[in-house]
Amino acid sequence: MARKTRKITDLPGFRGFTWLFFAYLYAPLVLLVVFSFNATRSGTVWSGFSLTWYAKIAADSQIQRAALNSLTVAICATAIATVVATAAALAMKRGVPFFGRKVTGGLIMTPLVVPEIVTAVATLLLFSAIGLSLGLGNIILAHVAFCIPFAYLPIRARLERMDESIELAARDLYATPWQTLRTVTLPLLAPGIVSGALLALITSIDDFIITMMVAEPGATTLPLYIYGMLRLGVSPEINAISTILLGVSVGVVTLSHLLTRRR
Amino acid sequence: MTPHRATLLGIAPTLLIIGVLMVVPMVIMAAYSLMEANSFGGVLPHFSAEAYIKLLFDRDLDDSLAFDPSYMIILWRSLRIAGLATAITLCVGFPVAYFIATRPPEQRTLLIFLITIPFWTNLLIRTYSWVLILRDTGMINTVLQGSGLTDQPLKLLYTEGAILFGLVYTYAPFMVLPLYTSLEKLDFRLVEAARDLYCGPWGALRHVVLPLVMPGLVAGSILVFVPCLGAFVAPDLLGGGKELMISTLIQLQFTSSRNWPFGAALALVLLALVMLTLTVSAARQARAAAEGGH
Amino acid sequence: MKKTLTAALPLSFLTLSLMAAAGPAAAAEELFIYNWSDYTAPEVLAKFEKETGIKVTLDVYDSNETLLAKMKAGNAAYDIVVPSHNFVPIMIKDGLLQPIDAPKLSNYANIDEKWRNPEWDPGNRYTVPWMWGTTSFAVDTAVYKGPTDSASLLFTPPPELRGNIGMFKTPEEVVAVASIALGLPQCDDNPKDLKKVEELLAGQKPAVKIYSSEGIHERLAAGEVAMHMIWNGAAKRARDVRPTITYVYPKEGVLAFMDNLTVPKTAKNVKNALTFIDFMLKPENIAIQSNFARYSNGIKGSQAFLSPDLRDAPEINPPATVKTVFQPVCSDQAVKLRDRVWTRLFQ
Repeated sequence: MARKTRKITDLPGFRGFTWLFFAYLYAPLVLLVVFSFNATRSGTVWSGFSLTWYAKIAADSQIQRAALNSLTVAICATAIATVVATAAALAMKRGVPFFGRKVTGGLIMTPLVVPEIVTAVATLLLFSAIGLSLGLGNIILAHVAFCIPFAYLPIRARLERMDESIELAARDLYATPWQTLRTVTLPLLAPGIVSGALLALITSIDDFIITMMVAEPGATTLPLYIYGMLRLGVSPEINAISTILLGVSVGVVTLSHLLTRRR
Repeated sequence: MTPHRATLLGIAPTLLIIGVLMVVPMVIMAAYSLMEANSFGGVLPHFSAEAYIKLLFDRDLDDSLAFDPSYMIILWRSLRIAGLATAITLCVGFPVAYFIATRPPEQRTLLIFLITIPFWTNLLIRTYSWVLILRDTGMINTVLQGSGLTDQPLKLLYTEGAILFGLVYTYAPFMVLPLYTSLEKLDFRLVEAARDLYCGPWGALRHVVLPLVMPGLVAGSILVFVPCLGAFVAPDLLGGGKELMISTLIQLQFTSSRNWPFGAALALVLLALVMLTLTVSAARQARAAAEGGH
Repeated sequence: MKKTLTAALPLSFLTLSLMAAAGPAAAAEELFIYNWSDYTAPEVLAKFEKETGIKVTLDVYDSNETLLAKMKAGNAAYDIVVPSHNFVPIMIKDGLLQPIDAPKLSNYANIDEKWRNPEWDPGNRYTVPWMWGTTSFAVDTAVYKGPTDSASLLFTPPPELRGNIGMFKTPEEVVAVASIALGLPQCDDNPKDLKKVEELLAGQKPAVKIYSSEGIHERLAAGEVAMHMIWNGAAKRARDVRPTITYVYPKEGVLAFMDNLTVPKTAKNVKNALTFIDFMLKPENIAIQSNFARYSNGIKGSQAFLSPDLRDAPEINPPATVKTVFQPVCSDQAVKLRDRVWTRLFQ
C-alpha cells in the first residue's frame, strides 16, 4: 500500500504540490524550447519540426555581433573578477586580521544587495561624470563589480571546507608562503575558483539592466538585442536565441555544480 | 613581505574595484540628487533640494507648494506588489522546501539543483516565456477557447496579476533555498515526538517546525522582497507599462522626464528602503540569536 | 620583487583587457548609426557598405527622449543620429551636434525646396531630411465598423474597442495628439488646459490595453489590439499584413514630424558620416528606405523609385483638407506640465 511509505513527518498534499511547483518552474521554459523548433510562426500550435529559426539567426550578423560582444565582456569581466576575488578570499580567510575586516566582508556583498536599477543609475552617473568612453570597456568595468561576489562566494566556501593542516604541513617542510600558495593552496582551491568563475560568467552574460544603462555605440550585448526584439513583438527567432542562451546557462551551471560537489 | 602586507595586498584590488564602481557612484548619485536639474538632462552644479521636495509636493505655477501623493502612490504600489509577491512565494515555497528537506540526501541534492537552474537562466527569457503563455493567443487562452470554456480570450497579460506571476516565478528559488537550509538542519525527531504526543500534522508544523525555521523564513522573505521592490523587467514586459513602479519611474527620469536629480533622489529612496529592510531584519536576527544563547 | 609583481598582476590584467576592449572602436573604415528601432532599411545599408567599403553598425532607440538622454550622458559616440525636428534645436543649443554645412554636399540640390532651410535648422547647417510623416491612430475596421473621422474615436472609444487599444509610451507625442483632439495649442503652458488633457487621457486609460512605442504595427497586424496610436508609415506596414487596418485622419488635425540625419559632436568618423548623408540624398537610395519604412522622404525624383502601392497609399498622401501640425520646441514650463500629466496618469 502506498500509505505505508509515508513517513510520519510527511504532510498531506506537499508531495503533489512540489511536483506542481516543478511543473510551474519548467513548463514555460520547455514550451519556449519546443516552439523554437516549430515550422511556423505560431507559438501555440505545433506544425512540425524545423530548424528555420536557427538558420535565420545564424545568418543574422547583428545577432552574431551581439553574441561576440557578450562573450568578450563576460570573459574579460570574469577573468578580472575571479583573480581579484581569489586574492580577496585568501586574504579574508588565510590572511591575518586587519582593521576594517568586517566592513570589507560587507562591502564585497554590496553588489548583491543594492537593487540593480540603483547600481545601473549610479554607474551611469559615474561614467558620465568622468566622461569615460571605452566602448565595451565601460560594460566590462560595470560587470566586474557585480561579478566579484558571485566569484567570491564559491571560492570562499571552498576555502572554508579545505583542511588548513595540509598548508601548515607544507610550511613546516620549509616551503615559502608563496610556494605553499602556488603548489598546495591554489591546486586544492581550483574547483572553487572554476566554479566561481563560471557563476561570474553566467551572471555577466545574463545581465540586462546595468548593461542597458551604460552601453555605448556598437556595444549591444545579447540581452540588449533580445530586449529590442521583445519590444517589437513575439517571434520564433527570440525563442531560438533564448534556447541557445538557455543551453549555455544550464551547461555552465551544471559544470559549476559538479565541480563544487567534487571533494 | 609580512603577512599583514600580503593580506592587505590581497584585499586591495577588490576594495579598489568595489570602492570605485559601487561606493563612489553612490556618492555621486547622492550629490546629483542635491543639484538643480538641467532642462534637457544633466545637472546644473548648484545646490537645490527640489528633488526631495518633489517627492511629496507639487510646485504650482505661483511657486506655492501643495501636497501631492503621486510619487508616494507609486512607491506604495511597489511596496505592495513586492509584499504580495513575497507572501505568495512564501506560501508556495514552504511546502516545496519542506518536502525536499524530508527526502533522502541524494534526492535532496538533485531537487535543490533543479530549483536553482532557472535562476541562472536569463531574466528576460524567463519573463518572456510568460508572455508566450499569458497573451491573448497564448497557451492558456488557446486551451480555454479550444475546450469551449471561454469564447473570448481572457485578459491575462498586461495586468497586475501578470506582474505578480512573473515575480513569483523569478524569485521563488530565493525563498525555497534558505527555507530548505533551515529545514535541513531541523531535527525531525522533534516532529515525530510531537506527533507521538497526539499533535496533528498541522499542529506539529505550527508549533514545532515554524518557530525553528523562522531564520530561514525571514532570510527567504528578504531575498525575495528586495529584488521585487526594484524589479524592472517583469513590470515592463508583463505589465504593459500601465502602472508605474519605482524602478520604471527611476529609469524614466533619465530618459523622457529628463530630471536626473529627481531620478537620483528616487534611487536613493529605493536604496534606503532596501537598507532599512536589511537592517531591521539583521537587528531582529541578532536579538533572536542573543535570546537563544541564554 | 617577484611578489610585488604577482600582486600587481590583477591590476595590469584589468588595464590590458580594457585596452583590448576599447581598441576596435577606432578601427579602419566604420560608421556607427543610432536610429529609431525598425526604421532603417537593411538593403540600403548593404548597398552603402558595398559601394563605399565602410562597415556600418546600427543601434536603435525607441524615442527622442532616449536618444537625447544617451547623448547627454556622453555615452553615445555615434556618427549619425536621427532626431525629430523638434529635438534638433535642443541638441543644437546644447552643443550636441556638429555643423555639416549641408548645402556644400554634392547631392544637396536633390532636396525638395519645401524641406530646404526648415525653421528648426535655418540654412541646413546641421541637418538634412530623412523621413517625414504624421502621427495619428489606426483602427481595424473588421472590429469597428463606425465612422473614422474624429480623434474622439481614440480617446472616448466605443465598447467594441475598449480594452483593445494601444497607446504610445512617450508623453511628448501622447500629450501633443491629445491637445490637437481638444483643439488646444501645442506646447501649451496653461495648467488649466493641461488639466483637460489629463482628464481626457485618464478617462481613456481604462480602455487602453498597452502603452508602448515599439512593435506597434506588429501588434496591430497580429490582432493583439484593434486600435493603436501610430505613425503613418507603421500604419501602412500594418495594412500590408492586415488589409482591414485604416489610418485615421481626424478632422481635428494630425501631428507631423520630420526626422533628420545629423552628426553628433562626439562622432569619431565624421568623413564617413558625410559620405552616408550624401549617399542618402540620392533619390534611388532614399526610395529604398521609404519602401522599407513606408514613410515619405524629402528628396525630389524619389517618386519614380517608390513601389506603386506605397506611392498611392492614403497613409502617405494626407487629404488636402487635413490640418497638419508640426510640434515646436516646448518651453521648460510646458515640458514640466506635460511630465506632471504623465506621472499623474500612471500613479
